[in-house]
Amino acid sequence: MEIYLALVPALPLIGFLILSLTGFRLQRTLNAVVGAGSVGISALIVLILGIQFLSSPPGSGMLSVRLWSWISAGEFAADVSLKLDSLSLVFIFVITFVGFLIHLYSIEFMKNDEGFVRFFAYMNLFVSSMLILVLADNLVLMYLGWEGVGLCSYLLIGFWYKEPANGDAARKAFIITRIGDTAMLLGLFLLFVSFGTLNMDALMNLASLNWETGSVMPVLASALLLGGALGKSAQLPLQTWLPDAMAGPSPVSALIHAATMVTAGVYLIARTNVLFALAPVVQTAVAVIGALTLLVAGFSALTQHDLKRILAYSTISQIGYMFLALGVGAWSAGIFHFMIHAFFKALLFLAAGAVIVALHEEHDIFRMGGLKNTLPKIYLTFLAGSASLSALPLITAGFYSKDQILWFSWSAHNGSLWLWIAGIVGAFITALYTFRMVFITFFGNTVTEPSYHPGKLMVLPLTILAVLSLAGGFIELPESWAHLQLFTHSVQNVLPETLVVRHEISEIVFQVISAFVVISGIWLAYILYYKKKKVAFPAFFDKLGEFFYKGWQFDNLYNAVFVKPVVWISEIDRKDFIDYFFRGLASISVIFNIALTRLQNGKLRWYLAAIAVGIAFILTIAINL
Amino acid sequence: MITVTIETQIFFAAALFVIGLIGLLIRRNIVFMLMSVEVMLNSAGMVFIIAGSHWAQPDGQVMFIFVLAIAAAEVSVGLALILQMYHHFKTLDADALNKLKDTENESKNLN
Repeated sequence: MEIYLALVPALPLIGFLILSLTGFRLQRTLNAVVGAGSVGISALIVLILGIQFLSSPPGSGMLSVRLWSWISAGEFAADVSLKLDSLSLVFIFVITFVGFLIHLYSIEFMKNDEGFVRFFAYMNLFVSSMLILVLADNLVLMYLGWEGVGLCSYLLIGFWYKEPANGDAARKAFIITRIGDTAMLLGLFLLFVSFGTLNMDALMNLASLNWETGSVMPVLASALLLGGALGKSAQLPLQTWLPDAMAGPSPVSALIHAATMVTAGVYLIARTNVLFALAPVVQTAVAVIGALTLLVAGFSALTQHDLKRILAYSTISQIGYMFLALGVGAWSAGIFHFMIHAFFKALLFLAAGAVIVALHEEHDIFRMGGLKNTLPKIYLTFLAGSASLSALPLITAGFYSKDQILWFSWSAHNGSLWLWIAGIVGAFITALYTFRMVFITFFGNTVTEPSYHPGKLMVLPLTILAVLSLAGGFIELPESWAHLQLFTHSVQNVLPETLVVRHEISEIVFQVISAFVVISGIWLAYILYYKKKKVAFPAFFDKLGEFFYKGWQFDNLYNAVFVKPVVWISEIDRKDFIDYFFRGLASISVIFNIALTRLQNGKLRWYLAAIAVGIAFILTIAINL
Repeated sequence: MITVTIETQIFFAAALFVIGLIGLLIRRNIVFMLMSVEVMLNSAGMVFIIAGSHWAQPDGQVMFIFVLAIAAAEVSVGLALILQMYHHFKTLDADALNKLKDTENESKNLN
């Protein structure tokens, strides 16, 4: 059974090798089979492993396999060894299963692209790195996966590299996540210096034994790890790269920038929850950052015109919810929302990709409209995803996951009323921007006739994801309704139980409030964007909208605070005295060059004279010696 | 019989060589330049002869015949080139053929 675990990340890696080494010789169909098939078999193995794992859990609560010793230098040792527990099981299930559906979709989506092989090679490499990230049993191997997914993200954002803007977006994503990664690397150094090991289980045991709650070391370590998580998961203040990352193809946005990679930060925090529990300050910071991010990104999503940018801001906002859940100590709720979010956000991105392909690369929702009748299948699946995103009560999975977070944001031991207010305002905005997008894109008059109708390979993954987005929540019902918390039970031996400290108000009241808020959000969207009722907004709304549209001017702020000073300093630095030395060397050689080129004047007789003088010179020397 | 010292003989050969060299340097007509080269070749052959007679060895004369043969071959190639040159450029002026010169000093743009 252990060896099958090793196959899970190995198969996509083999797929990557086959595609990158021999892909250009193979036929397109064969490439597609290798690309999607490797992930598909991985998903199948995960399914079998998962069923076995859940039906007869191993005694220690995890499966581990040590493949080989990777680095061994003095006291430092890192193995390539994988560990499967219920937390990583959730992640590998989402990565392989959703990943496989997205690969299937991509076969049709990319069929006319000249970079077909390259695309599938990168995607397979990504899946493999992501699986290594979540299966690693030590932080070094995890860091390998962490950087691997960053690399693939860079390569895939800039996939259509002939457009310079795409390359800029890729570099932006890479550099900004690098800021977080540097913090994370420092955190790893700190942990190694403190305990002499980077094995996660050993590290967590040592930390809880040796470090006191609230002392400096755990605060520092968890704050540095949080830095890495903020960069990867596009949270405040490192969120600016994700909207630009939409330059990549839609399946990339679905897989990397919605379902899996951007939630690596959530995984990191959940995995090192012991450290965060030892540092309540940092854990509160996680909750506050999550709450702020979900509001900031939600308001930005409200004003965007580009279909994919709306979804990008929405992703930032939903990951904010996950951070909020982790921050208040509702660990399993955060991971549950990750899983449900992976379903519906992958669905929304894939459906958006289908719409964009059908309308000749049209991204602007105001030039869409009336697609309900022309693309009915896409409309239905998009509607399912949107309902789940806006957490429509009872029938959607998003309701069950988000409602849990909202309830715990007040009642859990780290929760507060303010966090709940942020969450509930966020829920209202989510419903509003989601159905703004639905009404503008799919209702109203037909603006552009679709030139392409998505085929089976695109519709099938959409349908499966739509079913999961709606029905996926029934495995975890609110505690006040029924004793059906399959998800929480399965992860409870890895993640600490959520402590509910406040009971004054029943959970039902919170559910009714959030249901009411969501429905009123949808109703407002209906009034504004379906009925197109003219509402006289105050004048400052335009300016505010512009401010939100620009992502709260974070880009300009960073430009003014970081980019411009650096450019200014390097402009000054261009003329420092060390440069004078090297520029002096350069000009001396230029002078010699000019002098020598003068000699080459094309006059044969000059050359002859020079040769004669030269020979006379050499002979004189030779005779005199 | 007047004996000619070896210094005089070498001086004669050197004078012949310098005459050929000067002719080569000041003449622009390519035919005259070729002829000057022949003069210089002959001066070199002259030195061989002088050395052969000085040491009473036949090698010097052997070498001279050798030089003569090479000079004949060289002249035939040279004349063929001159013919081609005249055919292409309608001139015998060696200075007119200056396409190899560095017309534009690109390295000036380095800064």
